[in-house]
Amino acid sequence: MRSVTIIGAGPAGLSAARVLVANGLRDVLVLERNPEPGGLPRFCDHLGWGVLDLHRLWRGPRYARELVRRAAGAEIRTNVTVTGFEPGGRIRVTSLDGPAVIESQIVLIATGIRETPRGPRLVSGTRPWGVTTTGAFQEMAQAGQVPFRKPVIIGSELVSFSAIMTARHAGIRPVAMVEANARITARRPGDLIARHVFGVPVLTATRLVEIRGLDRVESVIVEHEGARREIACDGVVFTGAFVPEAFVAKTSGLAIDPGSGGPAIDNFYRCSDPSYFAAGNVLRPVEHSGVAAAEGARAAAAIAMALRDGLPSPGGAIAVSVGGAMRYVYPQRLIVEHLPLRLFGRAAAAHQGRLRILADDAVIASRPISVLPERRIAMTIPAGDLAGRHAVSILLD
Amino acid sequence: MTLSATASNRVHDIAIIGAGVVGCAVFREFTLAGLDCVLIERDADIISGASKANSALLHTGFDATPGTVEAACVRDGYRRYRQIHERMNLPLLETGALVVAWSEEQRAKLPGIVAQAHANGVTDVFEIAAGAVQAREPGLGPGVAGGVWIPGEAVIDAWSAPLGYALQGLLNGGTLLRNTEVTGGTLDDRVWTLTTATGPTIRAGIVINCAGNYGDLVEAIARPSPFAITPRKGQFLVYDKPAYDLIRSIILPVPTARTKGIVMTRTAYGNLLVGPTAEDQAERRIATIEAATLEQLADAGRRMLPGLAAVPVTTAYAGLRPATQFKDYQIEALPERRWITIGGIRSTGLTGSLGIAALAAELYASHFGALKPLADPLWPRLPNLTEELPRPSAQAGRSEIVCHCELVTRDEIVAALDGPLPAGSLGGLRRRTRCMMGRCQGFYCSRRVLELAAPKIPGLLHA
Repeated sequence: MRSVTIIGAGPAGLSAARVLVANGLRDVLVLERNPEPGGLPRFCDHLGWGVLDLHRLWRGPRYARELVRRAAGAEIRTNVTVTGFEPGGRIRVTSLDGPAVIESQIVLIATGIRETPRGPRLVSGTRPWGVTTTGAFQEMAQAGQVPFRKPVIIGSELVSFSAIMTARHAGIRPVAMVEANARITARRPGDLIARHVFGVPVLTATRLVEIRGLDRVESVIVEHEGARREIACDGVVFTGAFVPEAFVAKTSGLAIDPGSGGPAIDNFYRCSDPSYFAAGNVLRPVEHSGVAAAEGARAAAAIAMALRDGLPSPGGAIAVSVGGAMRYVYPQRLIVEHLPLRLFGRAAAAHQGRLRILADDAVIASRPISVLPERRIAMTIPAGDLAGRHAVSILLD
Repeated sequence: MTLSATASNRVHDIAIIGAGVVGCAVFREFTLAGLDCVLIERDADIISGASKANSALLHTGFDATPGTVEAACVRDGYRRYRQIHERMNLPLLETGALVVAWSEEQRAKLPGIVAQAHANGVTDVFEIAAGAVQAREPGLGPGVAGGVWIPGEAVIDAWSAPLGYALQGLLNGGTLLRNTEVTGGTLDDRVWTLTTATGPTIRAGIVINCAGNYGDLVEAIARPSPFAITPRKGQFLVYDKPAYDLIRSIILPVPTARTKGIVMTRTAYGNLLVGPTAEDQAERRIATIEAATLEQLADAGRRMLPGLAAVPVTTAYAGLRPATQFKDYQIEALPERRWITIGGIRSTGLTGSLGIAALAAELYASHFGALKPLADPLWPRLPNLTEELPRPSAQAGRSEIVCHCELVTRDEIVAALDGPLPAGSLGGLRRRTRCMMGRCQGFYCSRRVLELAAPKIPGLLHA
């Protein structure tokens, strides 16, 4: 039996592999379903990668290559798709050689994230070609494929501006960025940059109502303050609204946090079956690749400890719940061995109020807060505060 | 064969207008009957109109109006599909169906449904109590008042079946013309000359109108159409695969005079389908989805099946069924016009198609001459798209997986772009292989699909 199998050769999985090899493990296996390792950065051909974790400023493909290079010593198998997790670290896969079972002491799930496409958004209209997501668009653009010339960009997260940059690089001129909220989701001055540097009108408080066109997109209808208008375009890029790629975890019976959409973990990155760990963007809607990579590294450190000395029993964990405007918090279970503990979460909507941490019914931390839904909220549970407690709740009022 | 220009002086025995499921089944029937057939489709691929969006059920015909042409064709088509599906590798999920009553008023109608089923010759149908409904389907929400169990209803694949019929026609010498819209025609000296929007004329001894939502317009080539099509739109929601296990059987509502109502069913591809709506419209080609209606569908689904609340929607689609002012199919032969009319084939057409084709052959034999079936016809085998049987992604020696959500391999996509009936549109490729049809809707696979598809399908990418 192998000691560790990592699922997903993106920033989290490759960073975990690097740390496990550095911890002296000689049989680390990384499974990647695509023909090449590296994850989504492979297709993000603009600067901004590697800053948080490798302290370099690279383009996505370079960053992906460096992650692979630094994971040397781990075996990376591509074209291997995981089809099921069985209890105790047995995973079912299909490779070019057909179906197989791989048994490991520990499996790390680092399967990342994807954007919400049109389907679940329930947008009215026809269903023509030319409707896509940022990730798909960037991969197409990098391969020299030009699916449209003047798309509208739906959403205003960081990735939405990345879509604009990719478009401009490919000679594609987005005709508008459409954001339903009153202000853009990404940190300012993204909208000013979009408007002034890239010349893309940013339409806030504007809702996409309908997509038109028979074979190809011909226009969209948008609504602003009750008034509708048609914008001629030949494509629609749905950006952001990320969801963890946790389908196999979900169908295999690992506990999923309905708020985050990812596997529920304890503070050692352990899932509900302690043979399975999870790290990176599969844990929740997207964070920067550097955050995902750092989580992969920390999960790897926990895995190395588990293999060497063992981790505290997963039983008796303190359950973390959310209330008020909080959408999710992770880890979802706390095993109090060393304090302080770090928790992360997000609000369900833009919110101004007070963030309180309750242990059982006692407030152990409280602070005023002003957040947007796509911003990470970090919380610390100070030392000594959880002794004898059974439940923690994070309330955003 | 495919896409090749027919010689202008060639006179086909049969020209079939419209390559929906009925046209494809008729094409197969007459080709296997030894005739030279041309199947003419206005769109870039077959199954692009009424047939592309339905609930993909194989109906027993238990709820048909007894004595109608529809009842007879559905019964016959049901039997014929079961006879040939294995040979063509077409799917059949033996789910059975439950008509579920959600009120006392609806429950009072159940004995009538059973009686009608028996009158239609579907004798294994019986009423069951609310408790038995819940025992069969523990996922159903509160309020079940009773049900009717129809063991013979089944789930099939609305795409593979007509593709198989068309392929068998092609393999046995038939001709398919796509991107070819018939605009008119004249009958001279027992030969029809059909004019097309793209230029070439097509000549044939007999014309069979299978034009679906354009049926009355095409009929006007032969005579003033006795029926008028009012397309009836149906919108559907497709739920992601975890929803597949929420129900085992097809859940049918107690029907109204107008529609069978909102159905919940597993799909052959491992999803769960909720729909359709029934909305009359004048537009024949464009079937839009509407957010407000989809929300209502989702609400209705969650009420009937609370577990749906936890499963994301994969996609939504809408289709148009060719309804006429008549409830029954409009099928007849016009001997003087050397024409066979097959119109008003509504949502039962997928099941009915093989029976409709057989009926058309009977009409031909009585009015136009004897048929001499091929002694040893070729049979195609369709690629398996269901999750109930092994897919290529699970086989040794497979090529790389391109679509990770639906586990579609590169070789499957390459094959669907090649052969006697290659995909004529991206939609046709998606329906042939399932690529880009899963929960990510192309997030992970668009580039690689386009690398394979764009050289073969015009108009996807700019130069």
